[in-house]
Amino acid sequence: MTVGGGSVLGIPPSSEGYVLEARGLTKRYGSVIANKEVQFGVRRGEIVALLGENGAGKTTLMNMLFGMTAPDAGSVLIDGGPVRLQSPRDALALGIGMVHQHFMLVPPFTVAENIALGVEPSRRGILDLSDLEAQITALGRRFGIDIDPRALVKDLSVGQQQRVEIIKALYRGARVLILDEPTAVLTPQEADDLFKVLRGLAHEGTGIVFISHKLREVLDVAHRIVVMRRGAVAGEVLPRDATPESLASLMVGRDVLLRVEKAPSVPGNPVIVVRELVVNDDRRVRAVDGVSLSVRTGEIVGVAGVQGNGQTELVEAITGLRATQSGSLHLGERDLTRATVRERTDAGLAHIPEDRQRHGLVLPFTVAQNMILNRYYRLPFSRWMVMQAKAMRDQARDLVGRFDVRPANPEARVGSLSGGNKQKVIIARELSRDVRALVASQPTRGVDVGSVVFIHGALIAARDAGAAVLLVSAELDELLAVSDRILVMFRGRIVGEVEAATATREEIGLLMAGGVGRVIVPATN
Amino acid sequence: MTQAVRARLIGGLIPSLAIVTALLIGGVIIWASGPRIDGPWFGIWFVVEAYQALIEGAFGSRAATIDTVLRMVPYVFTGLAVMVGFRGGMFNIGAEGQLAVGALASAWVGFTVTSLPLVIHLPLVLLTGCLAGAIWGGIAGLLKARTGAHEVITTIMLNYVGGQLAAYLLNGVLRDRSPLNVIAQTPKVAETARLPDLVPGLHSGVILVIGVAVLVWFVLWKTTTGFELRMVGINPDAASYAGVNVVRRMTWAMGVSGMLAGLAGAVQVAGVNYRSTLGFNVGYGFDSIAIALLGRNTVSGVVLSSILFAALRTGATKLQFRTQISTDIISVIQALVLLMIAADQIIRWIYRIGPAQTEADPVAASTAPVADSESGR
Ligand SMILES: Nc1ncnc2c1ncn2[C@@H]1O[C@H](COP(=O)(O)OP(=O)(O)O)[C@@H](O)[C@H]1O
Ligand SMILES: [Mg+2]
Repeated sequence: MTVGGGSVLGIPPSSEGYVLEARGLTKRYGSVIANKEVQFGVRRGEIVALLGENGAGKTTLMNMLFGMTAPDAGSVLIDGGPVRLQSPRDALALGIGMVHQHFMLVPPFTVAENIALGVEPSRRGILDLSDLEAQITALGRRFGIDIDPRALVKDLSVGQQQRVEIIKALYRGARVLILDEPTAVLTPQEADDLFKVLRGLAHEGTGIVFISHKLREVLDVAHRIVVMRRGAVAGEVLPRDATPESLASLMVGRDVLLRVEKAPSVPGNPVIVVRELVVNDDRRVRAVDGVSLSVRTGEIVGVAGVQGNGQTELVEAITGLRATQSGSLHLGERDLTRATVRERTDAGLAHIPEDRQRHGLVLPFTVAQNMILNRYYRLPFSRWMVMQAKAMRDQARDLVGRFDVRPANPEARVGSLSGGNKQKVIIARELSRDVRALVASQPTRGVDVGSVVFIHGALIAARDAGAAVLLVSAELDELLAVSDRILVMFRGRIVGEVEAATATREEIGLLMAGGVGRVIVPATN
Repeated sequence: MTQAVRARLIGGLIPSLAIVTALLIGGVIIWASGPRIDGPWFGIWFVVEAYQALIEGAFGSRAATIDTVLRMVPYVFTGLAVMVGFRGGMFNIGAEGQLAVGALASAWVGFTVTSLPLVIHLPLVLLTGCLAGAIWGGIAGLLKARTGAHEVITTIMLNYVGGQLAAYLLNGVLRDRSPLNVIAQTPKVAETARLPDLVPGLHSGVILVIGVAVLVWFVLWKTTTGFELRMVGINPDAASYAGVNVVRRMTWAMGVSGMLAGLAGAVQVAGVNYRSTLGFNVGYGFDSIAIALLGRNTVSGVVLSSILFAALRTGATKLQFRTQISTDIISVIQALVLLMIAADQIIRWIYRIGPAQTEADPVAASTAPVADSESGR
């Protein structure tokens, strides 16, 4: 492992062949040093992964390279020569393209119209997209990106929208492509497709920088890995010299145990009992088609499946956010099939929702308020309908410490927290009361390594305390590491069940694709 | 804590700058519409004179001040009405109609019932106004809950229905039949249905409005009901996750919003006019939307904005009397204030103020007038 820069006696590090390079970039936000004399570079045809915990300064560095943020000190070099980037327009003109964490597309426009934005081709003053559409198709063919230039962006999946962003950059002549956490919003399948595209681009000579939290994909795809920690480059390694553990410790600055430590499960009585559940999706199409399952106290049952096979609807039906067509749900002896969300919560059902921004949190509310989001109506948080601010504050102060929420400020707005810390607020809220059953959906999506380890620990602690845990995740590694049993969903049915301890990724993958597994649970009757 | 104080200061900054800027632009318009006399000094003197007349007209004498306060009362009630709707995620454009039916119903109870003591009759009159307004607002809430009909559309339509209903009834069964009456109005309400004067010329509705403002503040920020309401207003998905009956809470918000507007009508009847007259209270309901926005949907903001709007309206007469500038200049200034509140980028650009939210706060940024003042009361 060579430590970043590796400068000896003040001699600048070798920057041979860098298309795009950062030299000594420094950026301060008030008292925070977001970037501290960062050295970084990418070569032609090279895929560089940028790793680091939330807040390490990755986005800041990329924004400076893309001309969105002006550095306080240091310089940006393109083809070895210093440049001054005043705006993204300058960067684009010099061949630097960026795909942001949040896409910058206009949903009601077509793909071609979106790509034309800012460089509208016209013939005698009238917008003419026919050439552009042909060019998009040609670019797509060359780089193996399948996209219809006339499709409306709002009809595209997240993965497809991302490709539009990539094509947009390529159309403007990008020689270097920067992607900020491109896989955070993708399913594993979409991520695989993205990497195929990136490999193709690199093969054609494009330099690629991508930011990620997912160690496995970084090790798979990158030619070189740069790790940032607290605004500085903490190290630079080649994938063949690295392991997930070594990368994680480099990111966090101490040893991290990635393997989840857990005792064998000691399951007891069934708690979550679902029988023959049928649920429709928003388009009134049957999404869950006669699912039966049970989760016992002291066990974690994982649900695997390709996104869109009914997992979301199953979770929403169990937690009361979606009506069921037929079938039943019991929590222990109690029939909750027709119960309201509140009755389920009071019966001891906890829920870590898939979309934490949409369902799990009220972003302009404080951490303290969010921690009582579904308990505000009970003692001690309210008395005769009057909110008890002190009880709320005391509990928040306690939870912020126990669940390691940073910053440890109960009065901070939840919206200002990083993804991992937002998730910790939800987990603190859901696990700090008497839970008989926990339904966790994608609990670590888009969350940094340190938080992932913490969240897995919390799920297992809930199990060991006697809760029945249903874990729905798109990450097979997570399911294999955390669950005791894994159910596989395909087209709204449960098509197989495997023991997590002995199952393999391949076996589950086959079931997810609709293949035949070892144990088939009859889906209906 | 200092963060909260800072947020509150910044929160008040934009509206204050919007008012100052609107007054400056208004000054230019006054100057341009004033007499053509050479020399810049005359122009400046003229504008100063105009604004001085405005201030004198609003606060220059005891009578003027009482006038301003009397105008402020319905502004505060209706401003709070719109604010409660906003906080619950409902855009109530219907305060105008809710006020009209509130005035109608309370006047009816005021003049038909005659044998009750004041302590029973007056509250009955006021509660009837509340009830009528609540029903009028609640209809829009129910339509939204049952059919998904957007409250902006339904409340606008209900404004017409309310206005026409008032015209029909005030020309028909509720019309004052005395031979001296030539206009569409009810008979005067009984003495027992009138708000006693606090000081001569100033009815005790002022006390009531202060009480109601405090109550609204308390309910919104100190009770579980308010917690639910604000949750629903900011993020209905999270509210249903948290077990709140979102549809019921939204209907409730519209009902309470209508109730406050109806109370405004009742207080006008019981305190000012002693009857319901067609076209007498026109405009409060629409101005109240501007008041709620200018007050950033906070109770203190609504009260301050109401004082401003009332003072502008009251002072306008003197301004016109002294400078021959039409009172319409006040509508221009109000429109400018509203424009700059709605498009606060203008103010941020003129005065070089940074963006409202960090990018970490997309929800607050996208629902700006409702959500961004969560910390400022
Ligand atoms: N616009 C900004 N204003 C203030 N602080 C910022 C801003 N952008 C980033 N920061 C701070 O700089 C640090 C690095 O942030 P960032 O580059 O977004 O990290 P990463 O992308 O690695 O998660 C964080 O502490 C963050 O709070
Ligand atoms: Mg980032």
